[in-house]
Amino acid sequence: MPKERPEHQIKIMITQVSDSLYSQLIKTYGENLPSAEPRSLDEIRKQAFERFKRVGFPTVKHEDWKYTNVQPLVNQHYELDVEPSFAAIDLNNAGIPRLDAYRVVLVDGKYHAGLSDDVSDVPGLSIMPIDQAFERLCFAKYFAQFADKTDNPFVALNTAAFTSGLFIEVGKNTQLSKPVHIIHVSAARQPVFNQVRNLYVMSAFAEAEIVESFITDDAAERNLNNLVTEIMVREQAKLQHYYLQTATSQSSYLNHTEIYQEKHSLYNNYNCTFPGPAFVRNNINVRLGDSEVESHLYGITLTAGNQLVDNHTIVDHLKPHCESYEWYKNITQDTSTAVFNGKIFVRTDAQKTNAFQQNNNMLIGEKSAVYTKPQLEIFADDVKCSHGCTIGQFDNDALFYLQARGISEAQARILLVHAFAFDVTSRFANATVREYVEHLVEEGL
Amino acid sequence: MLSIKNLHASVDDKEILKGLNLEVKAGEVHAIMGPNGSGKSTLGNVLAGREAYEVTGGEVLLEGKDLLELSPEDRAREGVFLAFQYPVEIPGVSNINFLKTALNEIRAYKGLPPLEAREFLNRVKEKQKLVEFDAKLANRSLNEGFSGGEKKRNEIFQLAMLEPKLGILDETDSGLDIDALRIVARGVNQLRSQNNAFIVITHYQRLLEYIVPDFVHVLYKGRIVRSGTKELALELEEKGYDWIKDTVDAEGAA
Ligand SMILES: Nc1ncnc2c1ncn2[C@@H]1O[C@H](COP(=O)(O)OP(=O)(O)OP(=O)(O)O)[C@@H](O)[C@H]1O
Ligand SMILES: [Mg+2]
Repeated sequence: MPKERPEHQIKIMITQVSDSLYSQLIKTYGENLPSAEPRSLDEIRKQAFERFKRVGFPTVKHEDWKYTNVQPLVNQHYELDVEPSFAAIDLNNAGIPRLDAYRVVLVDGKYHAGLSDDVSDVPGLSIMPIDQAFERLCFAKYFAQFADKTDNPFVALNTAAFTSGLFIEVGKNTQLSKPVHIIHVSAARQPVFNQVRNLYVMSAFAEAEIVESFITDDAAERNLNNLVTEIMVREQAKLQHYYLQTATSQSSYLNHTEIYQEKHSLYNNYNCTFPGPAFVRNNINVRLGDSEVESHLYGITLTAGNQLVDNHTIVDHLKPHCESYEWYKNITQDTSTAVFNGKIFVRTDAQKTNAFQQNNNMLIGEKSAVYTKPQLEIFADDVKCSHGCTIGQFDNDALFYLQARGISEAQARILLVHAFAFDVTSRFANATVREYVEHLVEEGL
Repeated sequence: MLSIKNLHASVDDKEILKGLNLEVKAGEVHAIMGPNGSGKSTLGNVLAGREAYEVTGGEVLLEGKDLLELSPEDRAREGVFLAFQYPVEIPGVSNINFLKTALNEIRAYKGLPPLEAREFLNRVKEKQKLVEFDAKLANRSLNEGFSGGEKKRNEIFQLAMLEPKLGILDETDSGLDIDALRIVARGVNQLRSQNNAFIVITHYQRLLEYIVPDFVHVLYKGRIVRSGTKELALELEEKGYDWIKDTVDAEGAA
């Protein structure tokens, strides 16, 4: 429906050089990283910290951060590790009507037992604060094995300094009857820079749905949240994974998700961002590590105000006979900015790969901007890959058509945006979440 | 019902309608003919309220109410329906949902409650039958991938569903095969009543054999330059527009 527009909008970027938070981090953690049993973790933290120390925060000169200037964010003062304020947390903003789920609440990354469901009697399901999982076999096996191989400095910092986060293991052959709903609440009453680390392990033949909501408590000060989630999807396992970003302008997010898939596994990610959080950078990297793997990445980003939402994805085909399918839709209002960068690698071994990528953008705000970049690197010769991207304005002829039938302008806009998002929303495996997302789209217009 | 007085309208600062007058009474059908580019669709768009068309003078009253003051949606709710010459395709919006939304917004405007699902479906069935509109099409995305004729028929299906006071048919006959033309005409004839009126824009006398007009007007250079009964359409079919153009242009020169 959007009309093609040949060139992307260009916005002027101001590069600032700042090292205040950087030096604060070096001073705080240089000789004093968090430490616990087993000691092997200490060594991992130390090396990660050295990596962070060497490169520091990225600037817009780094290709991966070209349109996403973190300097203003890291140029502010934050507390580094605050005691969570568990008082009077209001979860209403995270409620998904009619979703029956195991609820897990993290307040500034810290597990809130009082607000979380007790799942100890659910067979095959383990959910716990990450620091209680350090001694587990699969923690040692998978922790920092995937995300830390990328050159994202925020991952290095997270590995070095995290003290909170979540560990989930879905046991072999376990098929969860209800989704796990993780609610991330930013609530600290002082400015805070959180390092939150998650590890989810889907054992062989396990099946689960994980829905993650991000909200800001009304009383929260500004907060910067650096989350890293590593996900292992073992042979024949299936994971449906939803991100529902509905925080407010007090909150900013660096959210790195690294997925590794084994043979015959399925991983679907549905990444939804709505008006609210000032700054969101998602890195979602899927490694298709064995044959017969299937991965789907869906994205729906609706921005408003002066928001910046940047989705960077990597789909990495390592082995033959795999299929990936990626579809991201951005709708930008006011003076907001949306960035999409989708890399697909098809490695030498990955013959008979089937990879699809599509990114469509609808600019509603005349002063909003979209930057989109597909990147395909194909080293195998017998593959099917396609990608496409469109940037278009709101279709005023369609708007008039609907109005001419008696539909109000506001309602007509909603219909048209739903229609634009349909390719993505219609793929949602969970109808309750889909309905909720469609409702959030309406609210966000 | 509709009273247009000395209407002037421009697009991109180019004047298209240059003092148009037209009176349509309830129960009447008026045909508007005229050469390409004379301003027929412009008139339809101005009446429906498309933003790009700027009204620079004159007035339009629908049952005494100033139409030009109203938003496009309020005009539709007051009973204006334009069957577009080129209906747009809107992928992802289902025909049926769209109609339900439209119908209920029009009802809300009139202070009526939304139609019950059953009533709505009954109405859909009844009107589908009236214009022989394929149920499969009704359930598809709005006009997406419809053939030219199917789009036109969908316009008439919508008209039947919304039951407007004033239906403006902009070349609904072009692109219709002979059977479809008869079906559409029969539908319109059944919808005709003492409480509504139609303006039928067409190039062809053939449609007017089925939808018999009370008056025929010729629009040329943004004005109605000849009005008559249905015999005028026959005369135009025979002689073309040159004789009218010549006299009008001579009058203009004088
Ligand atoms: N949106 C627009 N932008 C620019 N010019 C326009 C626009 N709409 C109409 N015009 C111009 O106004 C004039 C009248 O056009 P209009 O579509 O009303 O003619 P018409 O009588 O319906 O012709 P046809 O019989 O070909 O449908 C034409 O010269 C046309 O190019
Ligand atoms: Mg026309």
